[in-house]
Amino acid sequence: MSALDESRLHSDPGIDAHRQPGGARSGDGAPAAAGATPLQREHATTIFQKGAPGRRAFTCPALDVPAVDSGKLLPERFRRAEPPRLPEVSEPEIVRHYVGLSKRNFDLDSGFYPLGSCTMKHNPRLHERAAALSGHARLHPLQDPERAQGALELMWNLQAALAEIAGLPHVSLQPSAGSHGELAGVLLTRAYHEDRGQTRHKVLTPDTSHGTNPATVTMAGLEVVKLATNESGGIDIEDLKAKADEDVACLMLTNPNTLGIFDENILQIAEIVHGVGATLYYDGANLNAVMGISRPGDMGFDIVHFNLHKSFTQPHGGGGPGSGPIAVSERIAPFLPVPVVERSDDGPGGAPTFDLDHGRGRVGSKSIGRVRGFHGNYGCFVRAYAYIRSLGGDGLLDASQNAVLNANYLLARLKRKGVAEQLPLAYGELCMHEFVLSGGPMKRALKIKTLDLAKRLLDHGFHPPTVYFPLLVDEALMVEPTETETRETLDAFAEAVAEILREAAADPEIAANAPYTTPVRRLDEVTAAKRPVIRQAM
Amino acid sequence: MLAEIGVGSLQEIFDRQIPEAVRLDRPLALPDGLPEQDVYEHLRSLAARNTSAEDEISFLGAGMYDHYVPALIDMLTERSEFLTPYTPYQPEISQGGLQVMFEYQTAISELTGLPASNASAYEGPSAVAAAGYLAKLHNGLRRLVISAGLHPHSIQTLRTTAHGYGMDVVEVPLRDGVTDPDAWAQAIDADTSAAIFAQPNFYGAVEDAAALSAAAKAATSAAPAGNGSERGGAGGAPVVVAQVDPIVLGVLAPPGECGVDVAVGEGQALGNRLDFGGPSFGLFAARDEYLRRMPGRIAGETVDVDGRRGFVLTLQTREQHIRREKATSNICTAQALNALAGVVYLTWLGRRGIVELGELLLARTNYARETLARLDGVEKLHDQPVIREFALRLDADVGSVRRRCAAQGVNPGVDLQALTGRAEDRGGLLVAITERRSREHIDRLADVLGAAVAAERRAAVPA
Repeated sequence: MSALDESRLHSDPGIDAHRQPGGARSGDGAPAAAGATPLQREHATTIFQKGAPGRRAFTCPALDVPAVDSGKLLPERFRRAEPPRLPEVSEPEIVRHYVGLSKRNFDLDSGFYPLGSCTMKHNPRLHERAAALSGHARLHPLQDPERAQGALELMWNLQAALAEIAGLPHVSLQPSAGSHGELAGVLLTRAYHEDRGQTRHKVLTPDTSHGTNPATVTMAGLEVVKLATNESGGIDIEDLKAKADEDVACLMLTNPNTLGIFDENILQIAEIVHGVGATLYYDGANLNAVMGISRPGDMGFDIVHFNLHKSFTQPHGGGGPGSGPIAVSERIAPFLPVPVVERSDDGPGGAPTFDLDHGRGRVGSKSIGRVRGFHGNYGCFVRAYAYIRSLGGDGLLDASQNAVLNANYLLARLKRKGVAEQLPLAYGELCMHEFVLSGGPMKRALKIKTLDLAKRLLDHGFHPPTVYFPLLVDEALMVEPTETETRETLDAFAEAVAEILREAAADPEIAANAPYTTPVRRLDEVTAAKRPVIRQAM
Repeated sequence: MLAEIGVGSLQEIFDRQIPEAVRLDRPLALPDGLPEQDVYEHLRSLAARNTSAEDEISFLGAGMYDHYVPALIDMLTERSEFLTPYTPYQPEISQGGLQVMFEYQTAISELTGLPASNASAYEGPSAVAAAGYLAKLHNGLRRLVISAGLHPHSIQTLRTTAHGYGMDVVEVPLRDGVTDPDAWAQAIDADTSAAIFAQPNFYGAVEDAAALSAAAKAATSAAPAGNGSERGGAGGAPVVVAQVDPIVLGVLAPPGECGVDVAVGEGQALGNRLDFGGPSFGLFAARDEYLRRMPGRIAGETVDVDGRRGFVLTLQTREQHIRREKATSNICTAQALNALAGVVYLTWLGRRGIVELGELLLARTNYARETLARLDGVEKLHDQPVIREFALRLDADVGSVRRRCAAQGVNPGVDLQALTGRAEDRGGLLVAITERRSREHIDRLADVLGAAVAAERRAAVPA
């Protein structure tokens, strides 16, 4: 069997260019000509380089109040001398420009996006429609609670649902994203210890942890102590025992972790951590593996953050918005950030009413205070709540089961002959919702790196997995397919990986120079960082 | 699929991985799932129980404002290509989003007069807190001097996080509605890491930003330099931070021209919905010397192997996924889609529009202030220039007055004391103006507010 799919190769316009030195090259940054795709021929031009003086989209409402010398209203010394150099463009130009830019993006609605630890699951459009209702979208955060009862009820219902999913009784919806939830969580831990008259300096994080964990610890004024990983991908218990002492404030853990491994020693870990008086923090980035199956609260965790933009379908938006609610145990609850939505049954006929508890004036309030303005990312709450109501408890269980099924199926497909030798599973045999392969053997045998495989996948129309993370796996590829992908898609992805490996066996240069079909090809990140250009020169 | 995996059942996959003791042995106690149309009806009925800015004449502000959001923003932010990708870790297939970030950074730099903008922070108050942390990384000092004119949520957020990163917060009071210049200069000492104020301030007053910045820099020039820090901080003059309202920066002097080092702010007014408080975005811009300590994503320009212009996430060695505990911030997901709305909005307004809009707000805000201050039992809280929001003092219970107004379909503004908790804010009402509040609305507010205050004063007189 031929190792190369010749027809595919030759339909790949960039490759010919790559094989004809200088063919697609142009030293002066002008659009490359020969062999380039239409998008590649488009030279990137910012909105600031378009338009003409006097052109505009906005019509300002007429001045309907008596004209007053505006210099009297605002003294000259407070005024701006020259208008900011914002673009001068018409509405059609704006639309064409940004629609044009959108075509230079790959997105979840266009194709498979198995980015590990990011949970790229389908974003139902119902949620966008519901969130856009004026009763949600044009509701001011300082509207009187009695005239925002629908919003507060939604928040209370979401708090209750998240509490049930986490197995922890108290929830704050306030944090803006996962890392913000982590910061709130570590500050809660500090407050908890300080309330007990203890100053603890250390936070334990496994070497497989998300980068946000150690970064958060530093921002919260504490010190990171790394924990080793054992041969089955879990926490090294002996290392934990050695490092768990009275100066440890907290252990931050993801379970299943970034290797897709559920730590089978979790109860023992919790016992050790609690035994020295520390708290156990659950990074909820991987919650999509265990909804309705196992609950962090039942595993012994004190604090959990959720990523509503992962497990609960808030669209990722190209890097936000997200939302990072936290759920906590009874002992942590007094320290929760404000405000929290509370329910009482004091309405007419015992009907429930909802209010925002700011904790102010509450005797002995131990709240850490606010972590941001207003009540959190309500627009994300609407979407997450819509998702939970659409699926129900059974549906969430079903989602997690299928996420794990899909991950294991894709893993099995990638264990077939021709692939597994090059990309072995780093730890374990089965996985939860994601798995990590090592590209080490591929690099040695086929002379292509994980990065090359990732870039070649772009030419096949797939978003690559997360690469080079977790750090302890050589040439790591972290794959999370999610439950919303079909078997056909998983098969196609596995086939693409196999094909790239066959292709590399014949000619590693093809992957090493990929991609060829994307709007731009490999970019010079080193120069970008060395001499940063971060705005349009005018 | 099970055969391919080599297991007999789905359950086996879980049985082999999750200890029985931590498995949930019952269904989640949540309501049953619903068909799409039923979920929609449920969310619609919840929405119907909220009184939105569509349902009343609203003068609520205090950080978030009912500005008009042009239809093209809805169209663009709903496009799959912007709505559904992740953070652009693969730049070859993310040029659209990366270029949007680059354009956003350019627009924010232009607006603030500061050369280095990140691609967005979460929102206003947490951006203030992030600026405090930047100052700590920069000079290693431990005092944050803040104006009482900062938004109360900014103050509270800063206090929460500063406790974490080990800094003290010292609050300087207002005098005549603006930061007391003497107390400001006095509070700033050689151990002051940052001096932070709001422009305009929480009470709507335009601060003398240039004077506050100059005073902050001068206050320490004579004093011995600070200790520096274990992280290589520079000590010296404090970092001057301003929390700005971006929508009036077409008219107000930009912070970069007022001696401000770092400008942060709430971006909601720029093309984002109210959404009951979020999501929106926070803006974060600084002088070049702070670039390598900035929090969050930054897009930078570069070229590809064929010489084509392109964009990447740059200076990633600041960030958590590379630097872990040595990162300059823990931020990962921020507010890319909201920042897209922000740059599209600024483009839609354009160079002239942002000035025209600012002038309209200035004129209407002052008309409203003078009109309302003529009512019996209503006076200005201060005489400082205002541009889009102003504070009044009512000679009546604010809560009761607001309820009377609401019954007439008018929301007259924010009860100041309810938000700040400050005794001196008793009777305070904060009134916000946007281009959606016409003279007719303002005149209607005057009628309703005047009647409500009069009625409350009559009711308060003992029979």
